[in-house]
Amino acid sequence: MSMAKKTKAIVQTFTPQADYTPVDSDFVLKDNAGEIAIDTNFASQSFWKDVTKRFGNKRSAVVGLVFVIFIIFMAIVGPHMNGYDYSSQNLSTKNLAPRIQGIENLGIFDGSEKMSTTTGIKKVNEYANKKLYDTFYWFGSDRYGRDIWTRTWTGTRVSLIIAVAATVIDMVIGMSYGLISGYFGGRTDMIMQRILEIMNGIPRLVIVTLLLLVLKPGMITIIFALMLTEWVGMSRIARAEMLKLKEQEFVLASKTLGAKSFHIIFAEILPNIIGPIITQVMFSIPTAIFTEAFLSFVGLGIPVPQCSLGSLISDGYNSFTTHPYQIVAPIVVMALLMLSFNLIADGLREALDPKMKEM
Amino acid sequence: MRKYIAKRVLTSIFTLLVILLVLFILMQLMPGSPFNDEKLNETQKATLYAKYGLDQPVTVQFFRYVKNMLTGDFGVSYNISKNTPISQLIQTRLPISIKIGGAAVTMGALVGLILGLIAALNHDTWLDTLCTVISVIGVSVPSYVFALVLSYQFGFKMKLFPMLFDMKQAMKSSFLPSVSLSMFTMASIARFTRSEMLEVLDSDYMLLAESKGISGFSLIFRHALRNALIPIITVLAPLIVDLMTGSLVVEKIFAIPGVGSLLVNAIQSNDYNVVISLAFIYSAMYIGIMLVVDILYGVIDPRIRLAKDGK
Repeated sequence: MSMAKKTKAIVQTFTPQADYTPVDSDFVLKDNAGEIAIDTNFASQSFWKDVTKRFGNKRSAVVGLVFVIFIIFMAIVGPHMNGYDYSSQNLSTKNLAPRIQGIENLGIFDGSEKMSTTTGIKKVNEYANKKLYDTFYWFGSDRYGRDIWTRTWTGTRVSLIIAVAATVIDMVIGMSYGLISGYFGGRTDMIMQRILEIMNGIPRLVIVTLLLLVLKPGMITIIFALMLTEWVGMSRIARAEMLKLKEQEFVLASKTLGAKSFHIIFAEILPNIIGPIITQVMFSIPTAIFTEAFLSFVGLGIPVPQCSLGSLISDGYNSFTTHPYQIVAPIVVMALLMLSFNLIADGLREALDPKMKEM
Repeated sequence: MRKYIAKRVLTSIFTLLVILLVLFILMQLMPGSPFNDEKLNETQKATLYAKYGLDQPVTVQFFRYVKNMLTGDFGVSYNISKNTPISQLIQTRLPISIKIGGAAVTMGALVGLILGLIAALNHDTWLDTLCTVISVIGVSVPSYVFALVLSYQFGFKMKLFPMLFDMKQAMKSSFLPSVSLSMFTMASIARFTRSEMLEVLDSDYMLLAESKGISGFSLIFRHALRNALIPIITVLAPLIVDLMTGSLVVEKIFAIPGVGSLLVNAIQSNDYNVVISLAFIYSAMYIGIMLVVDILYGVIDPRIRLAKDGK
């Protein structure tokens, strides 16, 4: 078949019929679902979606998050789970070992504890000795007969409130200080940074101790003391981020449009640096929990009968060789809490800035 | 470089003065007078005030206070041991605290370095994971939890070490407190060493050294570790602060007669004079350490030295 003949044939086949009007059924959607899968490596995704995904891929961070959520849940619900309340004393049921319904038949949490006596170690069960067959203290009872389960979760609640409140206040103060110092630069920055250097030169321990000597110990005082010491780190980060961002075009654009400094700092730049700030918050919370526990231990903490994790540990410490179970619950909760917040912070830092070197 | 050092020294002196001012104001605010004796009449009181210079203007009092503090004259203790000069109390206790703290830093730094090195050299293996887990736990769990656990396990149950500090066997009884204090230092140094080493191992000059045929021990220790060590000095200062805080509780748990437990006792018995003197000593030590670390850093790292000179 020659070339010309072939062309003629094709033209003949596709010559449109002049009187044909297309109907809807002539058009069918091409089934290409298999081909159009989005290439995740190149498709643009929102920043926070990316962060969430990277955070979710880090197993340790997710474990930390789960623990924190669980502990917060228990701090809310835990104190109401059995009939005891955190401050009522009952001297006839003091120093009882942990005992839990059901589990006691398995040989653990059955209310018995080992006593070291002159004749050797022997197992005693105070519940049986005192004929308290229907009494259950899940984590045991302390030397005033208070339920350690209820006290642990109440204490967790107090510690968490102190830590979160102090950190949030720190964040606001430190962030504003750092942002303002970084944005205005020049002499303002110089003076503000010298003040910061002096603040940083005073050990945190000294500030907190002196403050609590002058003020009355209590939740507000501890929050205030933590507030005075923790903002320095936060302001450093805010200032560094500000210095990175303030020369960028969007700031210039905003300035050209006549925006005031206040608007530029808090409405334009702040949303861009929220990531590092949140990470720092997560790192600050365990520090705050630790400082509170430390203060309670040296006797400057929450006044009795209120309790915090720190005061529970310091109570348990007094009898930790004779009744070790009294200190176990608060210590485990505190260690878990601090560990989990650190894990979350680590995960967040990596999720927000994947290019950053591994720590 | 000289300008940089001068600036740092001046800032430090100024910080110390600010602290002294705060302490002085606190002392003025404290209730009561040093001569609260009903047997004294007004003229006798006036004579005593004149004798101790309390009738002079506040500024004069402040400068004398600064002079006294700097020369180590801290006054006397009120409650803990009545009328004993505080400098005397501190003199016997400070060496013990410094010894235990020093042991903790040394131990923590050495073990941390080794752990970090192992982790970096076996990057992404189970050894790396293990070292990371150890360091995360060490950073997150407070030193006094370690102290309690160690004292219960090795002191009370196994009786390997004394539970309470004993002057007669100082070495043996300092072991547990030093270990519990060193955990945080160890963990932080391990993390830092690891990340620094990973960065150094990845650098071009390491590739060059390797291609020149340097290998093994010499490559890691002479070329990599030396460069990785420089930034580690910067984390030492904050670690020492943490050590100070930790020592308070750890000294109390092990009943160590050091400055930490003295401060705790002073706080609990409202002995303001002792608390304020110790606050001053802690601040002075802290400022001194920060100064030394900053200057050392400048001396060791030529990049910083040159950059500072350029200004």
